Amino acid sequence: MAETYTFDAKDLAEIKKLIEKYPEKQAAVLPVLWYAQDKFGHSDPSVQKLVSETLDVPEAHIRGVVSFYTQYYEKPIGRNVLDVCTCLSCHVSGGYDMLHYLEERLGIKAGETTPDGEFSLQSVECLGACGYAPMLQVTNDKFVNHLTREKIDKLLEDLRAGKEPEFESNPMPQHQKES
Amino acid sequence: MSTDWKSYKPLLVPAIPDLHEIKVYEKNGGYKALKKILSDKKKWNPANVINEVKTANIRGRGGAGFNAGLKWSFMPEPDGKPRYLACNGDESEPGTFKDRKIFEFNPHQFIEGAIIAAYAMQIEVIYVYIRGEYRPFVQKLQKAIDQAYDNGYLGKKIQGSDFSVEMYTHMGAGAYICGEESSLMESLEGKRGYPRVKPPFPAQRGLWGRPTTINNIETLANVPLVINNGAEWYLSIGPSTHPGPVLYGISGHVNRPGVYEYPAGMNIMTLINEVAGGVRGGKKLKALIPGGSSTPPLRADMLDGVSMDSDSLRQAGSMMGTAGMVVLDEDTDMVEVIWRISYFYDHESCGQCTPCREGTGWLQKTLRKIMEGNGEMRDLDILLAICHGMEGRTICALADAAAWPVRYSIERFRDEFEKKCKKTVYAVA
Repeated sequence: MAETYTFDAKDLAEIKKLIEKYPEKQAAVLPVLWYAQDKFGHSDPSVQKLVSETLDVPEAHIRGVVSFYTQYYEKPIGRNVLDVCTCLSCHVSGGYDMLHYLEERLGIKAGETTPDGEFSLQSVECLGACGYAPMLQVTNDKFVNHLTREKIDKLLEDLRAGKEPEFESNPMPQHQKES
Repeated sequence: MSTDWKSYKPLLVPAIPDLHEIKVYEKNGGYKALKKILSDKKKWNPANVINEVKTANIRGRGGAGFNAGLKWSFMPEPDGKPRYLACNGDESEPGTFKDRKIFEFNPHQFIEGAIIAAYAMQIEVIYVYIRGEYRPFVQKLQKAIDQAYDNGYLGKKIQGSDFSVEMYTHMGAGAYICGEESSLMESLEGKRGYPRVKPPFPAQRGLWGRPTTINNIETLANVPLVINNGAEWYLSIGPSTHPGPVLYGISGHVNRPGVYEYPAGMNIMTLINEVAGGVRGGKKLKALIPGGSSTPPLRADMLDGVSMDSDSLRQAGSMMGTAGMVVLDEDTDMVEVIWRISYFYDHESCGQCTPCREGTGWLQKTLRKIMEGNGEMRDLDILLAICHGMEGRTICALADAAAWPVRYSIERFRDEFEKKCKKTVYAVA
């Protein structure tokens, strides 16, 4: 049974601000989907319906958008989504080794979720951290760079304890030399 | 010029602590270019600003390398209705990770450049489109935008003048194609990112059917430099045909990967060996992908005397792209690398045009077959035929971007491809 989702008054006030950025309501589809996914954890058909009603945009349109962009989750997913980059620079720097290590550690294949719902694992395309390969992204947010098996072990332990990774700054090497 | 690179001081992302804070940026000459324009609007009328930027020949840093000022000049005369500037921070070409440095370390220089661009094109609304994977960077930029509003650089009547402009961030949600300018506009309008047929070009009909200009983030960060120091000064940095500072993103098999800022036209071997510390593990260089995954790979022996500017790279048989350089060492399996690049384009093809939707899949599958040791010699011909069926036959350039690495790798690393294909023939015989 699909759940019913709702936006409360505070949500609607935030959504109104998002809509005001654009000359047309439809333009707010991406930001409102982001808002909904942040709140509900995914963008399944019931969430799509809510967004459709909120913005007065056909459900089919919302469905089209959700299925086009990879970061919207079309159905409920693990509490932590590990997106391991395996593209080009990460590929030649051991991205697949890190993906396979995670598969081994979590006992699942890429594209699956652990039975306890704690972790989902995905092999993804370039995330724009090519100089810090191999790397992964945690649930559409922080990047964890320069992956090693030890770093992955630590990350899993932290995430299980509810500790989100910190933002990793990667300064320009030139700056470090000068300062 | 490449000779004095060691003494070069970064201009796009200077080594100043906390430069992302507006007060620090202001203390270091920030928003001076904008104030200069607004305090003498006769001298700096929109047409003159465009001319100065055009003369400076800022080549678009998003990959196409088009003169930014010339692009601005394509905007029609204002008719009182809305017109837009869309700043492209989608940055999704594999090997590219430069604009995030601007968002993190020097966002105000980009914001200032975008405001000047809006002034020059008489635009009142700016959207900054940033890929969804860059959420922490979107937040950083948003903070800077809020500061700019608080200090009277954005919003109504900027610095007491009659010029007003709004700036909004818009976050993508995972789609490489949205870095293509017309797809970006579709995405901004809240749709699937299907590229539009051109013409009409964005300057005629862009966002919501209104005149729109799309510029890359790094491109716009160059604009305050030109206004502050003049076009002539800017032209003296690097080769005049492709001048100015460039953010080189160096990744792959080097000792010190990262983003480096140097003048355009840096010698490629200097960048690899001296700037990035040489090939990792003392190995030999095999190949370089000079400007993101779509730019044709160059063999190590093709790099002698080649520099990072459009002309030199064109002569060498590749392109400048986004200056995202992927360095590959002697142990790299080129078939595997090209398969992974093809897999990327297959995944990212929007599916609108048949040659691309089907072609990217067949390239990927055929390369996979070869990679797994099941290739036949005729597969190489099939690959080239698929490339031919894709190039120039689609609405946007994704099909070309997918075909070039395959075509040029078969040409330049033919031995490796043949070896894998012939192995099967012998095994069967």
